[in-house]
Amino acid sequence: MAQAKKVLVYRHAAVTRLTHWINVVALTLLLMSGLNIFGAHPALYWGQTSTFARPWVSIGAEDKGDRMVGVTQIGSAKFDTTGVLGYSGKVGSRVPVAFPSWATVPSFRDLADSRRWHFFFAWLFVANGLVYWLVGLIGGHIRKDLVPTTADVKPKNLWHEIVTHARLRFPKGEEARRYNVLQKGAYLGVVLILLPLMVLTGLSMSPGFNAATPWLVDFFGGRQSARTIHFLTAFTIVGFVLLHLFMVVASGTWNNIRSMITGRYAIVPEQPGDTA
Amino acid sequence: MTSANRRGWLQAALAGTGALVLGACDKITNNPQGIGFLQKAEGLTRRAQRLVVDRKALAKEFPAKDISPDFRPNGSIDPSDPDYVALRDKGFADYRLVVDGLVERPLSLSLDELRALPARTQITRHDCVEGWSSIGKWTGARLGPLLDRAGLKKNARYIVFHCGDTLEQTLDGSGQYYESIDLIDAYHPQTILAYAMNDRTLPVAHGAPLRLRVERQLGYKHAKYIMRLEAVDDLGQIGRGKGGFWEDRGYEWYAGI
Repeated sequence: MAQAKKVLVYRHAAVTRLTHWINVVALTLLLMSGLNIFGAHPALYWGQTSTFARPWVSIGAEDKGDRMVGVTQIGSAKFDTTGVLGYSGKVGSRVPVAFPSWATVPSFRDLADSRRWHFFFAWLFVANGLVYWLVGLIGGHIRKDLVPTTADVKPKNLWHEIVTHARLRFPKGEEARRYNVLQKGAYLGVVLILLPLMVLTGLSMSPGFNAATPWLVDFFGGRQSARTIHFLTAFTIVGFVLLHLFMVVASGTWNNIRSMITGRYAIVPEQPGDTA
Repeated sequence: MTSANRRGWLQAALAGTGALVLGACDKITNNPQGIGFLQKAEGLTRRAQRLVVDRKALAKEFPAKDISPDFRPNGSIDPSDPDYVALRDKGFADYRLVVDGLVERPLSLSLDELRALPARTQITRHDCVEGWSSIGKWTGARLGPLLDRAGLKKNARYIVFHCGDTLEQTLDGSGQYYESIDLIDAYHPQTILAYAMNDRTLPVAHGAPLRLRVERQLGYKHAKYIMRLEAVDDLGQIGRGKGGFWEDRGYEWYAGI
């Protein structure tokens, strides 16, 4: 078969690309400084207050007499997580710390400085998100490119997309010019739900902000619930990013990366007689 | 290049990049100008919160059933400073709260005199900077009327709380606990000098005989074992100059977040 000719289409507007990469930096540093902050009290609770004797999640180190082990507790289950959670570092010089030094900013346990990192990049993240939303709403990016069409959400189409994605067969030709329904759903879920949820649960942990909007912290079920949801949402975003990176690689690493840098995305027009 | 080779190369490149980024972050953290730049966010946070939070907006108050049975004491919980121990051993009968600095009428008040001042009782949530929360009931003298009695001079901008506990042993005495708030928080209706917790005399672990409650900020602002209030126009000359024990060690002076 003759090699089909590639066509470069303009896929991502400058604002999309810029806010995407600022988000990469901000979210990475927010996550890593957040994991350091978590280390100051590595336990999660539901409700307004901490029930110290009964956290629903805790990460710690336990002295087993002859050796230390890292222990992660979720509900009534306990796991030995030595080397990663609770007790980590080079063998021989391990330290009791919730998350390992390679996952935190700074790499050493430091609540004061990790808070400085966290709030600095929180402001950058919020400003970046507002630019994205403002331009996306006014310019129509969100309505035109992200909100699913009626045809998108027909069960037959949904099923078709799920099956082809599971087989790692991605749309080609004209179909590749726009986001498919699973992409739309994932991206919209992130920008509409997960990222705003991070900001709102984060603000709910602020005693100053609580005084202005006491209903917000109550909406999340109390300050410790807000902290728990903040943590769970962060890891949901980590899950999204891992899936996102996997799909980037599976559907053409360099084509995808180029499109998020220059905006140009290569598609191969379907030839008459091609079978998808 | 075989695919195994390529994978190994990729892994090494990723690990190397990660280590470089982490190393750079540590360098920024340990560099006064680097961390100083990140600290600029604090001013933004303070101004933004002052903008959206009404000066008199109250921290949420809870019903008695929500009081934590396991309210965690933090920082000093049993000071060994000789002056404090001497006061404690006599049940704080000789205790005097000194109010001085930029005031018209310096005061020296006994606990009985403090208890006779305009008081307030509130059940509030205490949020530690570490991340945990407990709910407690506090009764104490409102700071605003007390400051009015002493008469703040026009140039007074901050109230400094000098405490009776040494939290860190240092040669220059900078390990003595202290805190400071501005006049917006000093005159907030829920800002009290608490002498009772959960309907009982304030326990030593929670700051007996007197501790600050400044409900819209984090726990470390709520100075315990208060011995002296000083009205000042500048925080630079006190401790290491950042306005509090923990502030001198890198924490935010504005702890509303």
